[in-house]
Amino acid sequence: MSIALSLANNLTTGGKFIAAAINNTSVSNVTSFASIPAGGVLRLLSTQTASDSASISFTNDGSAGLTTYKEYIFSFINIHQAATSFASFDVGFRDGSTDYDAPKQTAKFEVYHTEADSTSLAYSGGDDLANGTAFQRIGLSGYNNDESMSGFMRLFEPSSTTFTKHFISTTNAYYTGSNASWQEHVGGYINTTTAIDGVQFKMSTGNIQSGVIKMYGVL
Amino acid sequence: MGVITRTAANNFTTSGVILPAAINNTTVASIDSLSNVSTGGAMTLLNTTTITSNTATVSFSSSLITSTYRTYLIKYINVHPETDTADLQFNGSTDNGSNYNVTKTTSAYYYFHNEADNSTGVDKEPSHDVAQSTGFCQIPGDTVGADNDQSVSGFGYIFSPLSTTFLKHFWFSGNCHTDSGYTVQETVAGYFNTTSAVNNVQIKFSTGNIGSGIFKFYGIA
Repeated sequence: MSIALSLANNLTTGGKFIAAAINNTSVSNVTSFASIPAGGVLRLLSTQTASDSASISFTNDGSAGLTTYKEYIFSFINIHQAATSFASFDVGFRDGSTDYDAPKQTAKFEVYHTEADSTSLAYSGGDDLANGTAFQRIGLSGYNNDESMSGFMRLFEPSSTTFTKHFISTTNAYYTGSNASWQEHVGGYINTTTAIDGVQFKMSTGNIQSGVIKMYGVL
Repeated sequence: MGVITRTAANNFTTSGVILPAAINNTTVASIDSLSNVSTGGAMTLLNTTTITSNTATVSFSSSLITSTYRTYLIKYINVHPETDTADLQFNGSTDNGSNYNVTKTTSAYYYFHNEADNSTGVDKEPSHDVAQSTGFCQIPGDTVGADNDQSVSGFGYIFSPLSTTFLKHFWFSGNCHTDSGYTVQETVAGYFNTTSAVNNVQIKFSTGNIGSGIFKFYGIA
C-alpha cells in the first residue's frame, strides 16, 4: 500500500510518469535506444594494430562488405615499416573477388622539406596509376626507431553500383632517405561500377612492423 | 490481474521510483530523442538532401546555420550532372537566400591524371579562383562528366559564417571524374569578404541541373 501511494504520487492525473519516477538507476539496464543513433555521426567501426603484419584488411563494417555508410575514413597512426630500406605504404581495393585488384585512376603529388632546409613540390609521375590494378602508393614510412607515417584516407560510397568510387588520402612521414618531413597527396577513382567490399593496406616491401589503422563510418 | 499488480510493485522502490528491472531496450525502442542527453560526438548531422532527378540547386538555410555551431561541414557524394563538363559552384547569402552574391576571394590548386596516361600535373588553378567576385565560385568538381558512372565527391568546411566581426573562411577538397577521363583532385579555399552574417549557402552546377547526388550538412561544436 505504501508503494502504491508513492507510485501514485509519481503519476500525473493522466497516468503519465513524472520526472521523479525515473532516475539514472531506472534506466541503467538500457544499453541502446533502437530509434536513436548512438555515438554521434562519426562511428569507430574497427581498430587494427599491426604487429609485423604482412597486410591489414577491412572487409566488414558491422556486416559483410562496406555497405552501411556513404563515406569511410581510415586513420593511420604511426605506421612503421619492418624493412630497413625504402618501402611505400600502399592501398588496394577488392571488388567482389578475393584479390585487392580493382582498377584505379589516380593522381599524386608530393611536398617535402628536409632537415637540411631543402624543399620541393612536384607531381609524382612514377607513383600514379592509369586504370592500374596494382596497389596505389599513398605514403612511405621511415625505418629508424622513431620514424613513422600518419595520415588519413576518405573513401566515398564504396557500395555504389552506379558510379566509379572516389578516394582522397593525405599522409605525412619521416623519410629516412633524406631526413625529411614528407607529405603525399593522392586522389582518384576506383574505375568500376562493381561495389567495393574490402580495403587492404600493406608495405611495398616487408611487413608493417607496428602502427594502428582505424576505420570510421560517417553517417 | 493480481499477479501483474504484485509483479509491477516489485519494480518500484518504496518511494515509487522505477527500478531497472522495469525498463529494458524494448521499453525505450520508440524513443527517438533525449533532449537533455548528448548522444555523443561533437559533429551533428543537420540535414541530408538526396537528389534523384533534375534539381537546379541545393541550399542550406538559416534554419540550419544558427548560433548553435561555429563550424559547418558540407559533404557531397557522387554528385552527377545532367550536362557534360559542368563545374560545381558555391556561393553564400546574407539575406536569407534572396540573393546569393557575397563577395569572395579564393585560391585553388589541383593535381590530375588522365586515363590515356599522357597528361599529369600539379599546379595552382587560376581559372578556378575568383578575386572579389560576387558570382558563384568554383569548388572541387571540374568539368564533371555526365556519363552514367561519372561524378564528383568532396567536402567543405565553413568557419563561423554568422560572425559580424570577421570575414568568413571556407575550405573545400574533392575528387572528380571528368568528362574526358581525368581524375582531378582539387582544393579550393577562400573567404566571404563581408562582416555581414552569411546565413545561407548554395551549391549548383555551372550549367544544367544536378541529376543525382547526396548532400550532407553537419554542425561541429
